[in-house]
Amino acid sequence: MSAALALGDDALVLSHRLGEWAGHAPVLEEEVALANIALDLLGQARVLLSLAGDEDELAYLREERAFRNLQLVEQPNGDFAHTIARQLYFSVYQHLLYERLAAGDGEFAGLAAKAVKEVAYHRDHAEQWVLRLGDGTEESHSRMQSGLDALWRFTGELFQPIEDLDSAATNATGSSGSSGNTGIDWQELQGSWLHAVTDVVERATLTLPTGPQSGGWAAGAGRQGLHTEPFGRMLAEMQHLHRSHPGASW
Amino acid sequence: MAAVTADQTTQRTSGTANAAPAGAAGNTADAVDAADAERIVTFDAAVAADERIEPRDWMPDAYRATLVRQMAQHAHSEIIGMQPEANWITRAPSLRRKAILMAKVQDEAGHGLYLYSAAETLGTSREELLDKLHAGRQRYSSIFNYPTLTWADVGAIGWLVDGAAITNQVPLCRCSYGPYARAMVRICKEESFHQRQGYELLLALSRGTEAQHAMAQDAVNRWWWPSLMMFGPPDDASSHSEQSMAWKIKRHSNDELRQRFVDICVPQAEALGLQLPDPDIRWNEERGQHDFGAIDWAEFHEVLKGNGPCNEQRITQRRRAHEEGAWVRDAAAAYAAKHSPATPATESPAQPAQQVEETA
Repeated sequence: MSAALALGDDALVLSHRLGEWAGHAPVLEEEVALANIALDLLGQARVLLSLAGDEDELAYLREERAFRNLQLVEQPNGDFAHTIARQLYFSVYQHLLYERLAAGDGEFAGLAAKAVKEVAYHRDHAEQWVLRLGDGTEESHSRMQSGLDALWRFTGELFQPIEDLDSAATNATGSSGSSGNTGIDWQELQGSWLHAVTDVVERATLTLPTGPQSGGWAAGAGRQGLHTEPFGRMLAEMQHLHRSHPGASW
Repeated sequence: MAAVTADQTTQRTSGTANAAPAGAAGNTADAVDAADAERIVTFDAAVAADERIEPRDWMPDAYRATLVRQMAQHAHSEIIGMQPEANWITRAPSLRRKAILMAKVQDEAGHGLYLYSAAETLGTSREELLDKLHAGRQRYSSIFNYPTLTWADVGAIGWLVDGAAITNQVPLCRCSYGPYARAMVRICKEESFHQRQGYELLLALSRGTEAQHAMAQDAVNRWWWPSLMMFGPPDDASSHSEQSMAWKIKRHSNDELRQRFVDICVPQAEALGLQLPDPDIRWNEERGQHDFGAIDWAEFHEVLKGNGPCNEQRITQRRRAHEEGAWVRDAAAAYAAKHSPATPATESPAQPAQQVEETA
């Protein structure tokens, strides 16, 4: 599996989901913010997919089983709290991962150095909303908790080592990834992620979900092209026009 | 796609602008006391001298009401105008086009925010204006009641709808009300960019496959006439125009701007390799302008009355987004109340109208 494809698909798919919010956001400022995040992610996806091949061929002509994104990012938007829960889990992960990539001298260091600034903003946006929804009203508290609970089982997959993610972000002794050829210490990454997410969740007066974080089916499945049912429908919508005009340029 | 459009000028409002004869700006009351008379003279002189009226300046009630109505409708048009284009974000045929479209829809939300802020300088609030939109008491441009049926519609909207909006808006950069004029300077820059992108999208389709070319032509066929309607009713049927021109809110008549737009579009259509769906368009040597066919004003009035193809759908989606988002806004307010540093909890929301009066 190409690491560019894995990271690119994460960004592409989450960007698409956020794009679905356009015209539906709870307040105008969030129309701007969600579109802004979606655009950042789409920009990252284009750079990453271009490393792996032709961006449009990869986005529009692969079928479901060939996509390498996390199952987390393909989850439907749900209500605003579900979207924010997804943003929290993913943006903290992406921020920590890109920080490590940016600090190294691997293939993705330059790209990550640029993206990490955007991702820091995404993370801040998600954290601020988790606080507001968690510590807002009774209704928002319960919706936020339900968002965190519903998406929890997709978070184990985040720490499945991505092969070929070459980086000198951590020194050799720190590497405990199972694939053996990565500079990312996935256990350490998971620990940092858990620490950061716990901190926000507790400050928001919420409870970290206790269910299995990496249920047998979900763990690592997206990275292997095994997706959840809503994903196929998302791709059908995303790809139909492009596929209807083979060979056309736009 | 910002469309401040003249089409709203036919709507019935409770404003008193109708009553004011042209050239007697602000003089709508039967009995004005001496102080008011003096203020009116100062106001009229400032307008005549092309000076900018600012939020703290005295202004006639009817001038304020007209501006609130027009700026609110302009802001609403930005917000409702996101829908027909957002309809294609998830189906955009290339990642480059998808990014352009997302950025454009984001810009529109930003324009909306900007215009609501400008309107708030007149003593209203965004919440109040949105409530009026949702209750059907304020309008948005009629153009957004047409559906986007194909990808090419995104290009046609950029080229024609944004093009018409810019033709309308560039003169607004010199509008007598300062905050509105400054908002328009900023908005027009981005709109021009959007329009070029729309044109370029259509050009790619027109020069693409046969199916793409046909898609582009079909879109232009459907959007041409509604775009011409964006300039509003003919001059002899436009009730607010004279007063707005006397106040220098408006600088040109509906028909003048419409003519200007047609003259700009004809050569652009040729360059695109697309036909405008009007067999009567021809160059008129004597006038130095293009003649063009008659607009279907019956359709225009039906759309304004709420009977266009998407009126119901557009306002329903806007209301739903607002209603379904209420708990999020409530949460943010509750959180702010709990965590804001030592502000008195009893402080009521600002009432800009009074502030304006007090500081005048």
